Amino acid sequence: MFKKLLTIEQIINTVKELFLEAVTVLPEDVCNAFESSLKVEESPMGRSVIQQLLNNKDISKSEGLALCQDTGFSVVFIEWGNNVYFDGENIFDAVNEGVRRAYDEGYFRKSIVNDPVFDRKNTGDNTPCILHFEMVKGDKVKIIAAPKGGGSENMSAIRMLKPAEGLDGIKAFVLETVEKAGGNPCPPIIVGIGIGGTFEKCAMLSKKALLRKLGVRNSDHRYAELEKELLLEINKLGIGPMGLGGRITALEVNIEYYPCHIASMPVAVNIQCNSARHKEAIL
Amino acid sequence: MNKIITTPLTEELISSLNAGDIVHITGYIYTARDAAHKRLLELIKNNQPLPFDIQGAVIYYVGPTPPKPGKVIGSAGPTTSSRMDIYAPLMIEKGLKGMIGKGGRSAAVKEAIQKHKAIYFIATGGAGALLSKHIKSAEIVAYEDLGPEAIRRLYVENFPVIVANDIYGKDILEEGKKKYKISP
Repeated sequence: MFKKLLTIEQIINTVKELFLEAVTVLPEDVCNAFESSLKVEESPMGRSVIQQLLNNKDISKSEGLALCQDTGFSVVFIEWGNNVYFDGENIFDAVNEGVRRAYDEGYFRKSIVNDPVFDRKNTGDNTPCILHFEMVKGDKVKIIAAPKGGGSENMSAIRMLKPAEGLDGIKAFVLETVEKAGGNPCPPIIVGIGIGGTFEKCAMLSKKALLRKLGVRNSDHRYAELEKELLLEINKLGIGPMGLGGRITALEVNIEYYPCHIASMPVAVNIQCNSARHKEAIL
Repeated sequence: MNKIITTPLTEELISSLNAGDIVHITGYIYTARDAAHKRLLELIKNNQPLPFDIQGAVIYYVGPTPPKPGKVIGSAGPTTSSRMDIYAPLMIEKGLKGMIGKGGRSAAVKEAIQKHKAIYFIATGGAGALLSKHIKSAEIVAYEDLGPEAIRRLYVENFPVIVANDIYGKDILEEGKKKYKISP
């Protein structure tokens, strides 16, 4: 059977180019969501925040300047087709090298410390990355770069609900998390929700939910309804752009789910700031 | 209200500012975030001099991206202020008059703002490229080893912020939320 070969340089370059673009160019769907929210937002201060964000992405794009100074933790998703060979030794090293080159060439901020508790010394090149690697069928490799800011990540939460808490328990936890976050995660936010799986799978699902294109609903109509309802309820909280009060607290709610244990109903809420950056390539 | 103000801030000026005012700041301000605050507090506790004059000073909670060649600074928007809540009351007591960041403040910070006549401004998070256009000069004052967290002295022109907490105890985040909240 024909097998495709990918070189280490191809991986490094692709990762580099993805981050260089992701950090400086706001995705089209997010830009469109800003434009639509301008029409809905009643608060003059809220509208002025959104207008600033629109001006900001124009400046970033034209000058290749980071959209936000927090150029994030370098999160990378790879879906690797089983018919693809790699000529290097280690994918993780190759991805880190791509990150290193992008953050250097792009004049991006290096925001990673080597040790969370004792040293807290900046690693100087924004590595290591967070790599989520999955084998899939086929002869293609999909790479997604998703730089994630610390401010919004800090406002995320996970809870192991009892199955008996049901839909009401899920809604209450999501609303509580968003309300507690207030203006901290730079609203308008995107809310990624993971439901089911184990503790770590659930957190992972909530992160994956943030990668879905805005406006695309979950394919299961029950989860799609829940996404719509939660978006409506979140926007009733009044938090508004930058927490200054307003109608637009969230641009979108995306849910991903997975089978789970008979004893469990984990729910994770991953909050994405208005600088909702991600970019993908298929090799 | 739209107001243009200059730094350092005086108590007279601060008394004229109200939560919700749109303010444009011109003058020198200092950058400091988590790691720099930790060091500043050590100095204060040991009665040692600070690396800049804190009297009437404005601190901007920001860790900018590095400047591209020929530029003053990179992207430079606010970081979450609440992480500095633990340090802010003592800084205010020592003479700090203004803070620029994003998100709400603790009860202790709001109390210090009222008691010592200080002010808290919010800038738009996620607008770091836009905000950098208002920064005309930048120089490292201390803690170069902290990289993006070093203390920098910035000269800003018409830097756009909103008054979030004033000396009268008003809080624009609480008021704004109350105004737009739709109760079930």
